[in-house]
Amino acid sequence: MESGISSMAGILKEFPVEPGSLIPILQKSQKEFGFISPQVVERIAAFLKMTENEIYGVASFYSQFRFIPKGRHTITVCLGTACHVRGGAILLEALERHLEIKTGECTPDRRFDLDAVACLGCCALAPVVKIDNNIYGNMAVIKIKELLEKYE
Amino acid sequence: MNKLQKRIAQSQSEWQTLQSPAAACIYLGMASCGRAAGSEGVKETILAELKKHRISARLIEVGCIGPCYMEPLMDITAHGTPRISYANVTPAKAKLIIEKHLVKGEPVRQLAVGHFGMEPVDGIPYFFDQPMLKNQVRVVLRNCGIIDPENIGHYLARDGYRGLEKALALTPDQVIEEIARSGLRGRGGAGFPTGKKWQICRNAGGDAKYLICNADEGDPGAFMNRSLLEGDPHAVLEGMLIAGYAIGASRGYIYIRAEYPLAIQRLKTAIAQMKESGLLGERILGSKFSFAVRIKEGAGAFVCGEETALIQSIAGKRGMPRTKPPFPAIAGLFGMPTVINNVETLGTVPHVLRNGSTWYKQFGVEGNYGTKTFSLVGKVRRTGLIEVPLGTSLKNIIYDIGGGLQKAFKAVQTGGPSGGCLPEELLDTPITYETLAAVGSIMGSGGLIVMDHDTCVVDVARYFLDFIQKESCGKCTSCRVGTRHMVDILDKICLGEGEVEDLDRLESLARTVKTTSLCGLGQTAPNPVFTTLRYFRSEYVEHVVNKYCPALVCRSLIEYYVIPNKCTGCQRCVGVCPTGAISGPRSEPHNLDAAKCIKCRACLEICRFDAIAGNAIAIRTREEG
Repeated sequence: MESGISSMAGILKEFPVEPGSLIPILQKSQKEFGFISPQVVERIAAFLKMTENEIYGVASFYSQFRFIPKGRHTITVCLGTACHVRGGAILLEALERHLEIKTGECTPDRRFDLDAVACLGCCALAPVVKIDNNIYGNMAVIKIKELLEKYE
Repeated sequence: MNKLQKRIAQSQSEWQTLQSPAAACIYLGMASCGRAAGSEGVKETILAELKKHRISARLIEVGCIGPCYMEPLMDITAHGTPRISYANVTPAKAKLIIEKHLVKGEPVRQLAVGHFGMEPVDGIPYFFDQPMLKNQVRVVLRNCGIIDPENIGHYLARDGYRGLEKALALTPDQVIEEIARSGLRGRGGAGFPTGKKWQICRNAGGDAKYLICNADEGDPGAFMNRSLLEGDPHAVLEGMLIAGYAIGASRGYIYIRAEYPLAIQRLKTAIAQMKESGLLGERILGSKFSFAVRIKEGAGAFVCGEETALIQSIAGKRGMPRTKPPFPAIAGLFGMPTVINNVETLGTVPHVLRNGSTWYKQFGVEGNYGTKTFSLVGKVRRTGLIEVPLGTSLKNIIYDIGGGLQKAFKAVQTGGPSGGCLPEELLDTPITYETLAAVGSIMGSGGLIVMDHDTCVVDVARYFLDFIQKESCGKCTSCRVGTRHMVDILDKICLGEGEVEDLDRLESLARTVKTTSLCGLGQTAPNPVFTTLRYFRSEYVEHVVNKYCPALVCRSLIEYYVIPNKCTGCQRCVGVCPTGAISGPRSEPHNLDAAKCIKCRACLEICRFDAIAGNAIAIRTREEG
């Protein structure tokens, strides 16, 4: 976290001290460190002259922010309407079983973390799973194993 | 103006060269949907093949042209033939198409779906004459899939920023008048007259005014705004400039979902190009009008599509709606008069200015003029993004454009989680803001999800309520707690533990949530329940009385089984079953132990796609005990 906190200073430098900066700072911090750690919140609080509670209040309101570390690869299962009627929830369940973790968690070897999203906007290709920045359309339970092998 | 005129002339000649059949050019659909269908792999193949054959053809990445079911789409202009489009291109097909069409000059007729030329091409139809496209009217989507969205020149060559030029030659009041005359209404779903909204903001006092483009497209199952921003970002930005000029704002924000990284990147590129061309910043095109645009990324909260919540979010707070009035047009962002318009509304504005309100009014019906985009998805044959005049019937959209369903039609869901499920009897309903409201649904931002008899409407209602429940901001008790109880009842029904009285409880809770919630999210949250109870009550009754799910979806009410005379005993399903529920020696019909089965669907999929028999595993109603 040492190097993390020093680059935190670099992030903060880019933003004016005003409430409107909070969400962009949280987004940038999460992009940099993969999650929002207590240390990060502490630094932002000092910078924006807000309480840590206020920051947690905002951060926990938005589903984008996570408070536990990420894996090397992020799996996002789309649970939009089109994906739902084509079995998105069954895919998510199969991934939970395969990875032996729950949605929102990370595998012990830090290889994958698993998340669900309301809609990725690729509804015509439902059901859709996204790994890192790659979107896979027309997914099926039986394609999962082979797909995950592509990611180390 | 001279600088822009010069740029336009140059762009037009470049665009003409590109269109001339002599130029070798490849267009590849690289919107999010194209990528999901595999266009990245096709791109690699194209680049490798061009290198191999030593051809210097240009590769242009375009947005989505609409028929997502045809993705990846690849078009070629070469050897004197006009632009010809190929659908469902795989790397192998791309290789063949390049060899035949680009190298030898012979279009691959069997794989071609349409051409974009003025002249007929032997054996290949005009692209927009295909059944999915010929019933559409492309106003706001006219550039999507046609131009390179990262090249402002392409936009300029196709009349881009001409609407702005026209607007700047008028007074702001004249611009508002023109928009009001066109009858344009908010395309985000509520349908408030755009001209009126602008007028209220213009008339409001205040030192500063703001314009916000609402690109927080949160409805699951809808992607109209993503496609427009990815395929033609300048149209939306031009609309923002015109709106900013009309209301007297010098600063605009685009509030966009972080889940749309490609759209964000395209907007950033477009904004940089506008600055270079003098279309943003101080004294735009030599006028007195100055405007700056900032992108604000949303952080994943559905309720932020609501205007007052969105404003809170931009200000760095929890996105919780407040009471109206005062409306944002009077007191919005930082307390200042603010107009919030949807992406599609703003994307339509330049066309109205450029062609005039009379032209725009030729589309649509009285009170609902113009066109509207819809994302047509679910169980229709031809899925994708479409644009039709308002007043078009649901039947036209589903059957003429969407090509109907493979199985029997059951329902169409309009308006996202706040909308409703409409049955077959209502398919002749013309789509307008009012007619949809009259049947218990809403226009919403334009999601159309088609369902067949394999979709359980109780499960769909549960799905939407569960979504809303998780997205409720928690401010109003009825929405926060009421939706929770509604989900619990629906869960109970889906598990086969429902009672007849639950249906009345559900309806009464729904009424409470509707009437006592502050914002649109809570007020419309019960719509999926109201409409399914109204039009599909018998299906609820089947669940609670007979413990039967007619669509065979609710997992507690079904079981998987092997059809013995279809099973060849190939053992593929045995291999994929995670719980060892399927057993049996090779070459003999397998046995599926329902007690061990977790209904994960793996065996069903592998049997359908990979097994020798195919379809030997099926689903039936669970037997008692």
